[in-house]
Amino acid sequence: MAKAASISAAGIPAQHAHDSHGTHAAPPKIVAADPPKELQREPLVLNGHSFGWITDAIAGICEGRMPVWWWPAFIISAGVMSMMAALVAYLISTGVGVWGLNNPAFWAWDITNFVFWIGIGHAGTLISAVLFLLRQKWRTSINRAAEAMTLFAVACAGIFPVVHTGRVWFALMPGYLIPSPNANYIWPQFRSPLLWDVFAVSTYGTVSLLFWYIGLIPDLATLRDRAKNKVRGFFYGLFALGWTGSNRHWSNYEKAYMIFAGISTPLVLSVHSIVSFDFAVSQVPGWHTTIFPPYFVAGAIFSGVGMVLTLMIPMRTLFKLEDIITTRHVELMCKVILATGSIVGYAYGMEFFIAWYGGSPYELYAFKNRAFGPYWWAYWTMISCNVISPHLFWFKALRTNMVFVWIVSCFVNVGMWFERFVIIVTSLHRDYLPASWGYFTPTWVDVFTFVGSFGLFMTLFLLFIRFLPAIAISEVKGVTPQADPHHPLGGAKGGHH
Amino acid sequence: MSATAKPYGILARFDTAADIFEAALRVRDAGYRKWDVHTPFPIHGMDEAMGLEESKVGYFTFCGGVTGFFSGMTMIWYMNKFDYGLVVGGKPLFTPLYAFPVSYELTILLSAFATLGGMLLLNRLPKLYNPLFRSEIFKRASNDRFFICIEAADPKFAEARALLEASGASAIELVED
Repeated sequence: MAKAASISAAGIPAQHAHDSHGTHAAPPKIVAADPPKELQREPLVLNGHSFGWITDAIAGICEGRMPVWWWPAFIISAGVMSMMAALVAYLISTGVGVWGLNNPAFWAWDITNFVFWIGIGHAGTLISAVLFLLRQKWRTSINRAAEAMTLFAVACAGIFPVVHTGRVWFALMPGYLIPSPNANYIWPQFRSPLLWDVFAVSTYGTVSLLFWYIGLIPDLATLRDRAKNKVRGFFYGLFALGWTGSNRHWSNYEKAYMIFAGISTPLVLSVHSIVSFDFAVSQVPGWHTTIFPPYFVAGAIFSGVGMVLTLMIPMRTLFKLEDIITTRHVELMCKVILATGSIVGYAYGMEFFIAWYGGSPYELYAFKNRAFGPYWWAYWTMISCNVISPHLFWFKALRTNMVFVWIVSCFVNVGMWFERFVIIVTSLHRDYLPASWGYFTPTWVDVFTFVGSFGLFMTLFLLFIRFLPAIAISEVKGVTPQADPHHPLGGAKGGHH
Repeated sequence: MSATAKPYGILARFDTAADIFEAALRVRDAGYRKWDVHTPFPIHGMDEAMGLEESKVGYFTFCGGVTGFFSGMTMIWYMNKFDYGLVVGGKPLFTPLYAFPVSYELTILLSAFATLGGMLLLNRLPKLYNPLFRSEIFKRASNDRFFICIEAADPKFAEARALLEASGASAIELVED
């Protein structure tokens, strides 16, 4: 019995030991007592809820009226989003001079915001793809909302590099970003990481959308079957494509889902690697470092999981989803933050070490200037938020305190924005020639365009909660014990094996 | 259930995952061909219980990926070397090295479209009308109940009701076409 207990505690899923080849021999007569309570894993859905309860709890959110808080939240978000639209119109009609950009800081908040938002997206793909391949079943409670967050973050990210070109109509016209010959019959330059970025980000957005949609199909069928009026039935039915839960379909569906996870994993690693190439391939001291790709990917996941927590902790409370997004889910995400935050902290240290060890005076100066130059405040904000705050999650008492976790997740968001600002602006504002040094200060347009992008993000997220199931209904059912035909709760007769 | 209408199939409802699993084994072993299991979530081991073959979606993915990779390489070769070569920094006009990141992304992009398209094609979706949608009890197939449908087109359809009754179905009804 002691042995059985230790195996379960080590995490080997005991309930899947059945032979699935149809002969269906009688279960082996091994009577293993349940391990002691402190060694048992907390279930993924608390209180042993039925399938029907899960459907009602999740589908009910987007079927009923929204709670009272939703309307002020939506109106404020939509207002902030409109402010962004107005500021983008002002920028396009006047020119990029309305931002604080100068020579030598040609990139500042625009590209900072781009990298910030695209990084946030990475958590969604980590949760939906990487954790799927690693068979982390707890992902099912959070993957839908995290994937939605990815799409909305990519939408926010996409705006900045387009509008920062100033004459946007050229950027959007075929020939500059989209391959086709421009006015002089010159094709885009495929040696440039900036063009790789166009392909990486647009592929990422598209594949994330398809992955999200494929996951939604069974849940849209659930909403179609529950629809109370014709309009809802028509639209959910249209997008559910006639899904019937057929096992012949599930067989192809599950294969496709696994392939999506398999291709999204190298995709998500490549996207932020390529974003980091925008900097690392250049010759600018502070950017020209080989550690950038893994460091950017770790930072992206760190920031993204921070944003997932920022959104999920209020969501689970406001919609009373604590039995589906449990304390254990929050704790596990805190551990991801701890792990990736440690990698980020290591990368900060290693950058400094290589700047010294590499022996280039320009490189060493760039790093000294980063920590002790005119932008020291940004650097130390970044260090306190990204290096110190995640290490609070070593303590279980702190990981399980929702208010505390939410506050730390906000620090992570702030810290990761500052990381990109530090990398971009401190490297650019003082490069080789002291005669061309400068200092970047944002204008009000910079600030409010960035604030406005949160309006866009939140508007899209609130609409998502309003119209689509925020948790993957069919996937959550699939990880409950009663979904397993060989588990006593699934109706199996005979011993627990 | 009017006896005059042409039946589409016979639909049986089951209440637990274990019941549907056992019933699927029986229907398979009885030699049925045109039948299906409908569940709100994929049931572990059901493909074997139904005797299904491995899904072929992967072939679509592979073709999409190969197409994506080579169209990326060909596009870049055509644009930056064949049609209008510009020497930049004395570097070769085309090498697969600098063309790799874009081709890699296109591999994934076309794999993704091929995977979704292949899944829909193999499943014959979208199919917005299905006789099963006429059944009132079938609405719970996407919620908390499990169903087996044996189609009237199956040669052993005549014995289907008796088999499903013996398999522990909690409700059985005839679905009209």
